Amino acid sequence: MRDASDVIRVLGVLVCGLVLAALAPDAWLVRASLIFIYALAVLGQNLLMGYAGQLSFGQAGFLATGAYVFAHLRSMGAPFLLALALASSVAALAGVLVGLPSLRLRGAYLAVATLGFGMAVYHLLAGSDLLSGGRTGLAVPPLALPSGMSRTVGLYGIALVLLVLATLGVRNIVSSYVGRAVVAVRDADLAAASLGVDLARAKLTAFAVSSFLTGASGALLAQFLGHLEPQGFTMTESVTLVVAVVVGGLASIPGSLLGAVFVVLVPTLGSGTSWFVPVTYGLGLLLVLSFQPEGLAGLLRGLRNVLRDGSSR
Amino acid sequence: MALLEVTGIETAYRDRLVALHEVSLGVDEGEVLAVLGPNGAGKTTLLRSIAGLLRNQPRKGAIAFAGQDVTRAGAERVARLGCGYVPQDRALFRELSVAENLEVALWRRPRREAAADLHAVFRLFPVLEERGSQQADTLSGGEQQMLALARALLRRPRLLLLDEPSLGLAPQVARAVFEVLREIAGQGTAILLVEQNAGMALGLARRALVLEAGRVVLEGSAHDLRRDDGVKRAYLGLGAPGGP
Repeated sequence: MRDASDVIRVLGVLVCGLVLAALAPDAWLVRASLIFIYALAVLGQNLLMGYAGQLSFGQAGFLATGAYVFAHLRSMGAPFLLALALASSVAALAGVLVGLPSLRLRGAYLAVATLGFGMAVYHLLAGSDLLSGGRTGLAVPPLALPSGMSRTVGLYGIALVLLVLATLGVRNIVSSYVGRAVVAVRDADLAAASLGVDLARAKLTAFAVSSFLTGASGALLAQFLGHLEPQGFTMTESVTLVVAVVVGGLASIPGSLLGAVFVVLVPTLGSGTSWFVPVTYGLGLLLVLSFQPEGLAGLLRGLRNVLRDGSSR
Repeated sequence: MALLEVTGIETAYRDRLVALHEVSLGVDEGEVLAVLGPNGAGKTTLLRSIAGLLRNQPRKGAIAFAGQDVTRAGAERVARLGCGYVPQDRALFRELSVAENLEVALWRRPRREAAADLHAVFRLFPVLEERGSQQADTLSGGEQQMLALARALLRRPRLLLLDEPSLGLAPQVARAVFEVLREIAGQGTAILLVEQNAGMALGLARRALVLEAGRVVLEGSAHDLRRDDGVKRAYLGLGAPGGP
């Protein structure tokens, strides 16, 4: 945190979260938890796609890596935080390996390479009973919570705290030299190189942090669901994260949070129909790309400016 | 020994289109060398070959900078040895502010040194200090050129490779940019200048060479080239039939 206003903001978010936990029905908390968990992955995708300009369609692979490593570690008796840290780190390592082609590939070629990683992880899980738990799937041991605290409230609190930490972390990264270098590489990689910026390091850092966050999201998702099956980590998940970033706002932290709200709430609105979600995602993308390239975050910013101008008159 | 020594380089695109044939040149410490020539002569390719921006190029010949072999070295290594490059399109980090663009060039510089260097470039380009928080792509053409130059200068280069610094600028702004280049050269920074405006380039440089179709066809002191009828006709717009 950089100044007192940051501390006040964080405390405000946590107090609001506590009030919501005390007053809101469980169904709301479940939905909010899912938004927080997804927001971690959307932050990761946005760091990679929005800030670093590296198009990845393989985020489901990192999500699955985090989820399955976490589930296996928890099954072996690892404490929650240790399993979470290790699962996220393994995903980050996978991110660095997948990021290596990004040193030579860009645009659609990189997208296809990352897509290949996502599909490989899915097929590896689907084809290995040892990794995925076979037909019955992989159960995740429940979380040990303080007595009297429900599972819903416990997970909600953990997801909220982790999202706050991740948001602060990503904000610090993008406003640090590393973040500037990442954006510089996106905007003009050769110019950045001729200023002495290490292109490989900048790109691989973006992949590592992005996949760390996505892996953490996968781990929390595993704890949230309590049971894993490979079908939860198909290409659809990768596409969903791309939709969340574009609709929420590229290279925007608030946009990542709004994008997560969008992709979590849309399916709940049309849960009875199979066409509703893809059509809404598609329309959302079209509308944003055509009329609001800065996404929901840009819309929010415009609204705030209008209100500020109105109040200053 | 020259600061930059280019010996017989041959650069090709896709291994077929040869853009430079046996090009050799040298730039001494603190010297300004101008490279003139028509569009497509290979001037930009020459700078990009030296700056390490073309993968696996040059395919023949050698480039030495500050006594080290940098033939086919990456751009990062060439930059770290003290060779700055300002491309024709300026290649600003468009979504970063002016201050953030400059920060990228100050990586790993101790705070006090960085502040002194920033102060020095703001003295050369006061407008950049005023526009510190402005997004780079909202600057005027002249301001963008100044930012690109300032960014390169913050690396404390021994040699600056400048590709068409007057391109797209109003004559008055181009003159102001060249005044700053004169000051930079006066402080001892060597400059390898590619420029369409031969009058301005020869006014700044001590020596110059002319590239045509990837070959050095003429070389000499800037003073002599200014008086060369061929150069006058081809690049200065002077002496052509019906011309001034």
